Amino acid sequence: MSALHAFLFEVYPYVSFTVFVVGSLIRFDQNQYSWKSDSSQMLRKRSLRWGSNLFHAGILFLFFGHLFGLFTPHGIYGIFMTAATKQMLAVIAGGIAGTICFIGLTMLIHRRLSDARIRATSHPTDIAVLIVLWVQLTVGLITLPYSWQHADGTTMLVLADWVQRIVTLRPVDSSALATLPWPFLFHVVLGMTIFLLLPFSRLVHVWSGFAALGYLLRPYQLVRSRRLNLPPGHNQPPQRSAGV
Amino acid sequence: MKVRAQIAMVLNLDKCIGCHTCSVTCKNVWTSRPGVEFAYFNNVETKPGIGYPKEWENQDRWNGGWIRKADGTIEPRQGARWKLLMKIFANPNLPEIDDYYEPFTFDYEHLQSAPEMHAAPTARPRSLITGKTMEKIVWGPNWEEILGGEFAKRSKDKNFDDIQKEIYGQFENTFMMYLPRLCEHCLNPACVASCPSGSIYKREEDGIVLIDQDKCRGWRMCVSGCPYKKIYYNWQSGKAEKCTFCYPRIEVGQPTVCSETCVGRIRYLGVLLYDADRIREAASVEHDRDLYQAQLRLFLDPNDAQVIAQAHADGVPDAWLEAARRSPTYKMAVQWKVALPLHPEYRTLPMVWYVPPLSPISAAANAGNIEANGEIPDVEKLRIPVKYLANLLTAGDTAPVVRALERMLAMRAYQRAKHVEGRVNSAVLQQVGMTEHEVQDMYRLMAIANYEDRFVIPSTHREYAENAFDVRGSCGFSFGNGCSDGESQVSLFGGQKKRTIPIKAKV
Repeated sequence: MSALHAFLFEVYPYVSFTVFVVGSLIRFDQNQYSWKSDSSQMLRKRSLRWGSNLFHAGILFLFFGHLFGLFTPHGIYGIFMTAATKQMLAVIAGGIAGTICFIGLTMLIHRRLSDARIRATSHPTDIAVLIVLWVQLTVGLITLPYSWQHADGTTMLVLADWVQRIVTLRPVDSSALATLPWPFLFHVVLGMTIFLLLPFSRLVHVWSGFAALGYLLRPYQLVRSRRLNLPPGHNQPPQRSAGV
Repeated sequence: MKVRAQIAMVLNLDKCIGCHTCSVTCKNVWTSRPGVEFAYFNNVETKPGIGYPKEWENQDRWNGGWIRKADGTIEPRQGARWKLLMKIFANPNLPEIDDYYEPFTFDYEHLQSAPEMHAAPTARPRSLITGKTMEKIVWGPNWEEILGGEFAKRSKDKNFDDIQKEIYGQFENTFMMYLPRLCEHCLNPACVASCPSGSIYKREEDGIVLIDQDKCRGWRMCVSGCPYKKIYYNWQSGKAEKCTFCYPRIEVGQPTVCSETCVGRIRYLGVLLYDADRIREAASVEHDRDLYQAQLRLFLDPNDAQVIAQAHADGVPDAWLEAARRSPTYKMAVQWKVALPLHPEYRTLPMVWYVPPLSPISAAANAGNIEANGEIPDVEKLRIPVKYLANLLTAGDTAPVVRALERMLAMRAYQRAKHVEGRVNSAVLQQVGMTEHEVQDMYRLMAIANYEDRFVIPSTHREYAENAFDVRGSCGFSFGNGCSDGESQVSLFGGQKKRTIPIKAKV
């Protein structure tokens, strides 16, 4: 077992997760003006409609798929299905979402590189983010045939066990991972790297995207007062009826 | 009843000469920065025309403003809550920069550095976005200036609805007017309602609608939500920006830059008191044509003892109540009803109102057969069709427009009789339902238009909000790294390090 392998799968997860959380916090606190989705839609509208919608729909599905797939202990889903069934489900659903995401992301890269307006106004990290995601997605899709070959679900169990040990701060034996085919390992390492880079790129808008769900609960109108000692609820609308 | 105050604006279109001084001074102060070169917080349009951005009034195309549902409630026309969030990845209603215009400069250097050539060198336009030479400039922020362009294109103007517009394409029947536009600082703003991150807010003290630049995430829903298209997406900073109503000036009792520099002295600023509890009710009335009246009913009489008592209870300072009693906007909009809202049918309850313009009596009258309506000319014979003004200002209801125009004509007739014939023309006043005192006040405010009558702006009472002693010597309005020295241009998180003044929500 090489030292690098041990570092990547025993230490690096904690490094990347710490940078992800602390970095986001520092940026949010110190430089919120730079915190944005950085949309380029106004400069070129067509080509974004399909690209962005497909990409976001796909990647959101993949994000939650990974989240629930990896973090749900085997004991819980084991009640409903075997590991093999679950892996089959993951391969099919992930394959469909991954293909959708791949089409969208490829359109977005094409748009960013070929459109003169978008290219001229792109920050280097904007392009880097797209390429890193594209590589990650492609490698993720490459893992599918490997999973198909090991239909018993052992690969998935190894990875899930590793992830669950990491987040529950239990000792990790990374040698179990060493037997996996390279695309899995590459995908895992690059995935952690994406979390590491997130606070330093426009990807911080992912946080805000989830925060925007708060919009569903707030009243339409917002009033701010600069007076001190206002009674609570002073600036709330008189009553909140559904739909208004 | 919950009493709130707002600094409202009235523009007397009858006196607008279309000089664009307001746009230029506003631009110099607020939008002379990269990323918002294309943006005009204040612009002046020639009407009829499709305007800036293209066809902004056509909500079938842009889906701005509010829509009333069958159950009597209202929701943003671009979609309510879930529907709006689903459009966050690619907003189908967002104007592209070409709908405004691609910002450009000219290659001036070529004029000096060109080699010897047969023809004189020219300064070709260059895009400020890509830096590349542009073949041809095909649109601009004021492309239709003084009826520029062909009628077929200009006549797509939404205000021609229900009008036989073809005859106005004929040279003899053509008409035009200027329409200076800025953010309406609405009572029921659709931009605030559309913002997924909650960064846009209305200020309780003076009604100014602002975007918290730190909280804005660039979701661009406000740009499409605003039916007046007065929120602009800064393509460099990735944040939405809008007219600030020059709040740093308003706070210290000074008029906005556009008002201050208005050559024709057409702009008025004054306090309007409104009942914040009834905003939703007013914005939800069934018929579009009733929205003007519904909004009028929101405004409170600053002389009413009950209103004053409630205003005290709601924390409106005395100086503001005093200013409300002297407010030029209250007189023009509420008392005399010569000022009208811009497109009330958008249901945003706008707070920048317009006095409709008079225009020459059309052809038949010129031949000597002025069709009089009592003491004044028949406003139906004015060159600008009343119906057009009504579509612009009262959701198509001509009666308020006719009343406003007749009152202005009556004021002229009264003054003419007084100064030329030396008599009091009380018949004309009776006809339009005004008193002699009112018409003299109106003459003083609208014709003389002294600075101190046009702008009655109470200063903000900052001591209510914070201990003013603590903020002495502190940093004022700044886009830099506060007031601190040693600002570094490089930031760990990409791009320039920037920090706007922190505004905390204190609700």
